[in-house]
Amino acid sequence: MTATRLAERLAQLLPVLFGVSLIVFLMITLTPGDPVEIMLADQRATDEQAAALRRDLGLDRPLVERFLVFLGNAVRGDFGISFFHRRPVWDVIAERLPATIELTLVALIVAILVAIPLGVMAAVKRDSWIDRALSAASLFGVSLPGFWFGILLILLFAVEFRLLPVGGRIGFAHEVPRETGFLLIDTLLAGDLSAFGNAIAHLVLPAITLGLPTAALLARVVRSAMAEVLASDYVLFAEAKGLTRRRVLLRHALKNALIPAVTVTAIETGSLLGGNMIVETVFGWPGLGRLVVESIFARNYPLVQAAVLLYAVTYVLLNFIADLLYTALNPKVRL
Amino acid sequence: MSALAIEERPLSPLRLGLIRFAANKTALGSAAVILAFIVIALAAPLIAPHDPAEADLFRRLQPPAWAEGGEWGFLLGCDGLGRDILSRLIWGARVSLLVAGLVIAIAAAIGTLAGLAAGYLRGWTDTLISRLVDTLLGFPYLVFAIGLMAMMGPGLHNIVLALVYKEWVFTCRVVRGETLAAREQDYVEAARAVGCRPARIMLREILPNVLSPVLVVATFRMAYVIIMEASLSFLGLGVQPPTPSWGSMVADGRDFLVDAWWVSTVPGLAILALVLSINLASQGLRDAFDPRLHTS
Repeated sequence: MTATRLAERLAQLLPVLFGVSLIVFLMITLTPGDPVEIMLADQRATDEQAAALRRDLGLDRPLVERFLVFLGNAVRGDFGISFFHRRPVWDVIAERLPATIELTLVALIVAILVAIPLGVMAAVKRDSWIDRALSAASLFGVSLPGFWFGILLILLFAVEFRLLPVGGRIGFAHEVPRETGFLLIDTLLAGDLSAFGNAIAHLVLPAITLGLPTAALLARVVRSAMAEVLASDYVLFAEAKGLTRRRVLLRHALKNALIPAVTVTAIETGSLLGGNMIVETVFGWPGLGRLVVESIFARNYPLVQAAVLLYAVTYVLLNFIADLLYTALNPKVRL
Repeated sequence: MSALAIEERPLSPLRLGLIRFAANKTALGSAAVILAFIVIALAAPLIAPHDPAEADLFRRLQPPAWAEGGEWGFLLGCDGLGRDILSRLIWGARVSLLVAGLVIAIAAAIGTLAGLAAGYLRGWTDTLISRLVDTLLGFPYLVFAIGLMAMMGPGLHNIVLALVYKEWVFTCRVVRGETLAAREQDYVEAARAVGCRPARIMLREILPNVLSPVLVVATFRMAYVIIMEASLSFLGLGVQPPTPSWGSMVADGRDFLVDAWWVSTVPGLAILALVLSINLASQGLRDAFDPRLHTS
């Protein structure tokens, strides 16, 4: 990819990031109801206290100025104070972030491990039972409400068979010193293998709940890309050369078929962020998604605003990366 | 229709699509299921065996009729407050279908008009609308809806608003693309040549030709909107009690997973059945109306 092309893409990215920030700002500003009144609803506050809070929040300034201040602060990671926690919003978010990233990454690994072999098999054996099962499964994948799927898994594997824990990140018996916040890493750093195993056991159901619907989608992408590649001349040529079927599939076909899969994976990672709120609520997973849901009910608006902005910016950036990857990997798009 | 009529006038694309749709058994069957859900929702006061909000603590977590301790008067059992699950399911269909119907209808109307304007007028109108579309696409759907619901507060009216704010984008993108293509067609050129005004060209000439893709998009988005409404209700951001909704019914059952599997399971099955039928029907519509959108 040329530098000008990259610059061009970046130039497209900036207005979107600006627009996203504007919408997040307007969400809290333009919605009916006085945030100060709502925040103080449960407390007996005097008019002076309300006015002071309004001043602290900058609510007495003109709209444009408030937006610029919001934007400037956001760039520096300053989202104000979480009233509920009495700490800076960003600190609270940063503390919960590793749990969410860990879950998302493991879900992604689940999705990839399930999707690629299934997609390849379905493409190689077109119209076989596996191909039909895959299209049925992907239809289910998009029709299944995530929260309900999670509950079914809990009913089956935690309540009925008692194989896996119902929720949480790790059993109470394990005490792991916090180093990175990623439990899979922290348990290993502490050399505590039983805690590591326990953390994995806690990850299985939430990761499947989050990852399987993505797997269904991804498998379809791999299948159609693989089917297209298998019908191409160079695969025919490779087979004519007398290469083994296995070598043709893995070395020649799969490499190219994975290009769209990489793009879709990057985009889907963004969608997993939304799914996180649901899955974390179902499994009592102490990550960002659950924090946001809790904050909504605690009327902790600065935190909700910061989290929504963080989700959106991550999503936009992931789409941007997907776009770059697609261009970088695919020689046909290179202009 | 008589043979003479066919000779006089070729079948319209809409009629042709409907004939093709009717020939697809899976799609037709799914349409029948959707219709059944609609009838159930409309007739809820007549067919629900009990008051969906009536609590009876003696029937707390009563199992479904076929299980031990169940009775046929309460077919699907009772929830944690002893309310009849079947009746709540029937009333809950109203919320799901009402929200999905309203959201899709409003979003399709806004999206179609915005798409027509962007695609036909081009210039700054297009720039403005396209920028807005890009920005809204920059939010994961659920995050956007949750953010708005957090600020606006729960309730039926607000769910519809929160979802419409983002949903129109999907119709708009499709209509804009179709309009850009239609703009170069001879019939539009002809209308321009005889001096038709832009509004007339957009609404009378181009609009009828973009209606089938709008219909296709609307159905498959409807499945998604139903899941979104259920998800918001599950999180407690949807319609408020005592109005039953499927998402909040699943949430209610979470506290009784060990003792009463049916409380969460049954409403989830209803969501799955409805959404699956809509997805199958929309696949059928896509195949019938727009071979270009065919995904296999």
